[in-house]
Amino acid sequence: MDSNRFDGALAPAGAAGNVPSTAKILISGGFGVGKTTLVGAISEIRPLRTEEPMSDRSIGIDDTQGVSAKTTTTVAMDFGRISFPSQLVLYLFGTPGQERFWFMWDELAIGAIGAVVLADTRRVADCFASIDYFERSGMPFAVAVNCFDGAPRFEPDDIRIALSLGSDVPIVLCDARQRDSVKKVLVSLVRYVMSMSRTGSRIGIG
Amino acid sequence: MTARDRSGDRWLDREAGPVVRPYAVTKGRTLPSGGASFGLIDVVIATGDRAPEHFRPGPEHRQILSLCLRPTPIVDLTSEIDLPLGVVRVLLGDLASEGMLRVLSTQKQPMTDQRLLRMVLDGLESL
Repeated sequence: MDSNRFDGALAPAGAAGNVPSTAKILISGGFGVGKTTLVGAISEIRPLRTEEPMSDRSIGIDDTQGVSAKTTTTVAMDFGRISFPSQLVLYLFGTPGQERFWFMWDELAIGAIGAVVLADTRRVADCFASIDYFERSGMPFAVAVNCFDGAPRFEPDDIRIALSLGSDVPIVLCDARQRDSVKKVLVSLVRYVMSMSRTGSRIGIG
Repeated sequence: MTARDRSGDRWLDREAGPVVRPYAVTKGRTLPSGGASFGLIDVVIATGDRAPEHFRPGPEHRQILSLCLRPTPIVDLTSEIDLPLGVVRVLLGDLASEGMLRVLSTQKQPMTDQRLLRMVLDGLESL
């Protein structure tokens, strides 16, 4: 009977196969800074639907007057997926830009190895919210400066001062459209996280 | 007759929105039973156990089980099944508490997991 097909009998417990390792990196930054472009340059893009119960954070932002039955809010988002021969799958999640989706950030941040903050030198202030969030939550991040055509070029040190970043935070000039450039950004972030955790473990032992 | 055409597209236009309100398939429940938590990149698998007498899996439960015959990250499952994440979590909770599904791996401290970080670095550098 078709209705009994998936009662579990078809899944022998021994068919587990290898369990993939999974890792997650967040891609953050202001609206229109190129987050989706960056993710698309290096990974396969897939859709994700979320319809979350309304949280305190969306009350007052989603106007529910006269729609008393509305208790959930919909967020449609994309994510990037890179699967490696080593049974590793790396996911890239863009953080939703609009304020009403802030509640999604905590969800996305759980289990992430770090974040990329994408900045545009013409609108530097747009990435302040992201930097604040990651500094507050203790999430390691690297800043990638998307070098748009015609945008003013700055030295990483100038950007460090403008964003008042610590001397250890990696700052990488990049072109979010170019795979190799995006790869360089992600490699810088992962090296940074590795060095931080090594330092951390030394402190732990001492 | 199936609800898919040859190219695998659904008959219904996505733009039309869901026919059934998302949380209708969970009977209005918005949190997984048993206090289980399911991270986006946690990996789950169907255990192969039959449904207990008292539990009748719905079509969405069965769809999840059919997609979890191999170890499957929850985010891939959710993307594939085209139900909202919150709904998928409730359904996963039902299946886990009935012993029909289990979580194989979960990310706790990825920032200090040198083995995982090394895998990611090696993977990225080989691209």
